[in-house]
Amino acid sequence: MQTITACGDFAAINRTLRESTDDSFVIENCLGERFVGAGLSGKKIRINGIPGNALGAYLNGAEIEVFGNAQEAVGDTMNAGSIVIHGRVGDAAGYAMRGGKIFIKGSAGYRTGIHMKAYRDKSPVMVIGGRCGSFLGEYLAGGAIVVLGMHDDGKCVVGNFPCTGMHGGKVFIRGSLEGARFPSGVTVRDATDDDLSEIRSDIAEYCRVFGIDETLVWSERFTVITPNSSNPYKQMYVEN
Amino acid sequence: MEADFFYPEFEVVRNDIKCTRCRVCERECANGVHYYSESGKVMLSDDTKCVDCLRCVAVCPVHALKIVKSNCNFRDNANWSNETIKEAVKQAGTGGVLLSSMGNPKDYPVCWDKILINASQVTNPPIDPLREPMETRVFLGKKPSNTPRDAEGKIICDIPPQIELSMPVMFSAMSYGSISYNAHKCLAEASEKLGICYNTGEGGLHENFFKYGANTVVQVASGRFGVHEEYLKAGVAVEIKMGQGAKPGIGGHLPASKITGDVSRTRMIPEGTDAISPAPHHDIYSIEDLRQLVYSIKEATAYAKPVIVKVAAVHNIAAIASGIARSGADIIAIDGFRGGTGAAPTGIRDNVGIPIELALAAVDRRLREEGIRNDVSLIAGGSIRNSTDVIKAIALGADACYIATAALIAMGCHLCRNCQSGKCNWGIATQRPELVRRLDPEAGCARLVNLMTAWRREIREFMGGMGINSIEALRGNRLMLRGIGLNAKELEILGIAHAGE
Repeated sequence: MQTITACGDFAAINRTLRESTDDSFVIENCLGERFVGAGLSGKKIRINGIPGNALGAYLNGAEIEVFGNAQEAVGDTMNAGSIVIHGRVGDAAGYAMRGGKIFIKGSAGYRTGIHMKAYRDKSPVMVIGGRCGSFLGEYLAGGAIVVLGMHDDGKCVVGNFPCTGMHGGKVFIRGSLEGARFPSGVTVRDATDDDLSEIRSDIAEYCRVFGIDETLVWSERFTVITPNSSNPYKQMYVEN
Repeated sequence: MEADFFYPEFEVVRNDIKCTRCRVCERECANGVHYYSESGKVMLSDDTKCVDCLRCVAVCPVHALKIVKSNCNFRDNANWSNETIKEAVKQAGTGGVLLSSMGNPKDYPVCWDKILINASQVTNPPIDPLREPMETRVFLGKKPSNTPRDAEGKIICDIPPQIELSMPVMFSAMSYGSISYNAHKCLAEASEKLGICYNTGEGGLHENFFKYGANTVVQVASGRFGVHEEYLKAGVAVEIKMGQGAKPGIGGHLPASKITGDVSRTRMIPEGTDAISPAPHHDIYSIEDLRQLVYSIKEATAYAKPVIVKVAAVHNIAAIASGIARSGADIIAIDGFRGGTGAAPTGIRDNVGIPIELALAAVDRRLREEGIRNDVSLIAGGSIRNSTDVIKAIALGADACYIATAALIAMGCHLCRNCQSGKCNWGIATQRPELVRRLDPEAGCARLVNLMTAWRREIREFMGGMGINSIEALRGNRLMLRGIGLNAKELEILGIAHAGE
């Protein structure tokens, strides 16, 4: 285990992570250093503090755990691995993520899970404990986004325009959807046992990681949102 | 309904005396134009399906075929052209956005054709490129602004990463999906043989093509298709696609019908779903945000690859380029409004953006005025048609040019502008195996090598004529250009004098 004390230089942190023969790290005093763990595989990183934007971008199998909040673009274009945030995250978490898991204890910002996609044996999963901002799951093309709605500020579990342009994957939302408005291109229905079986092991892992009572999570009903078409823009063109 | 019917735009003219009924035209036409009438023992054609790709004309063993433009049109009207009326009819019938392909075919001024190149006479003699060495090699990337020395006074040589090209031309982005496997193979092989680069486009990199990495630029677009750590490290540079000359401000949309097995694997998306590239990168709303993507790529590739940012030439391109140069990007690629596309809304393709000549000159000037020209290299694209366009672009400030349509023509494209149909009879803009087979990778590669070799010879001739023996000495050298028939404003923006001045 190697300890890195952050001092504002993201390039230095990443150079150490890349070049060190250690496979396990603690980053202390993290405050806004960007791109931590970009493209990394086969290593474990604990972060104390608040990492900057694009934490774990292109992550390729490494495991990152943050004891604090995180900023924008967590797990941008992530391919494999896991990112656990013991706090909140900013906008565009999991942008174009193709594989691996992102667990967020608190709430997430705008455009959570935008353009996530599945591919063969890869199916990304993002679980958000609280609520999400506007444009949740925009252009979603694959994988699962689970919003548990265990926030306590009384706000709607999703912001404006959730699931716009969605053409694959599933969005699960726990509890009340009061105030949420979905576009016509998606179907909003009660989750069946079959639907929930897809996320049961992830929910169990999420609860274990954050020390949450799993029965509390299952005490509320889940809604699932699926796209009506995998080709939503087919009719828009005429060949000229 | 009846109003939707147009008399065919093209007519198949068959010399029935020459025709041997071998039916090769029927077999070769993916559009189903030609058919054999058993009763009449004669070849017939359904002209409504003809796209003027001239495949049948080329393969007819007895040269019995020609395609002509038909003359049955709407009544002449200078305001309501035949084309404009047809477009309205198509939209009235379908409610769809008009979709076209290849570059802007409209009759806009082409500044390249109004610029003349200089040559030496008497003073500063010309150089004979056949006898004397001529350097056409270029390096793209950030150039150091000073010469740092270590404690012992030795020059520190670790300059930022560069792309080395044997000549100032690269094949620009065309994705696997928009063009075929064989077309990509031609481009990759030819690049390797020529010592230049091709560009994957936004559709990922096929597993068989990782071996061409030293001659590959990998692209990252808003859909992030096929983007992963190994992909970013696979080429010599990473290009962030912010825009495309043929469709500035518009995203991409590869329909599910083109996402076949192999394309799906390379894009890393399931078969049967559309591949949608949103218009913006939704994490980039500012130069600061762009800097974030640039540096996330640099971090993921350990600062070993230059990062290119490709943008469409739009009205305030000079200010945009200035921002990009400050974002940490190593190279800016500017794509003019005549650039090609596999599919774009017709109205956007034909009306949005500005010509590359003016955009390039404006960007080069702005970066020089701000003292940041050496922080980035410039690539000009968006209809570079021949070696003279390359020479003129370099003299207007480009470090290198991107070409695509010229490369497609070398591979057999006849510019019928029907790529969006996926039925390319020349095996280029299609994923149908029986059509893809028609493009022989070896032959296609050889023709690309021929085209570029010919251009390189011509470039050396021009350089010799100007008395310049290194292409870098031509970069931004506007004294080598004169305008002919350009107005004062155009000359001012281009930064060149009029012929005779």
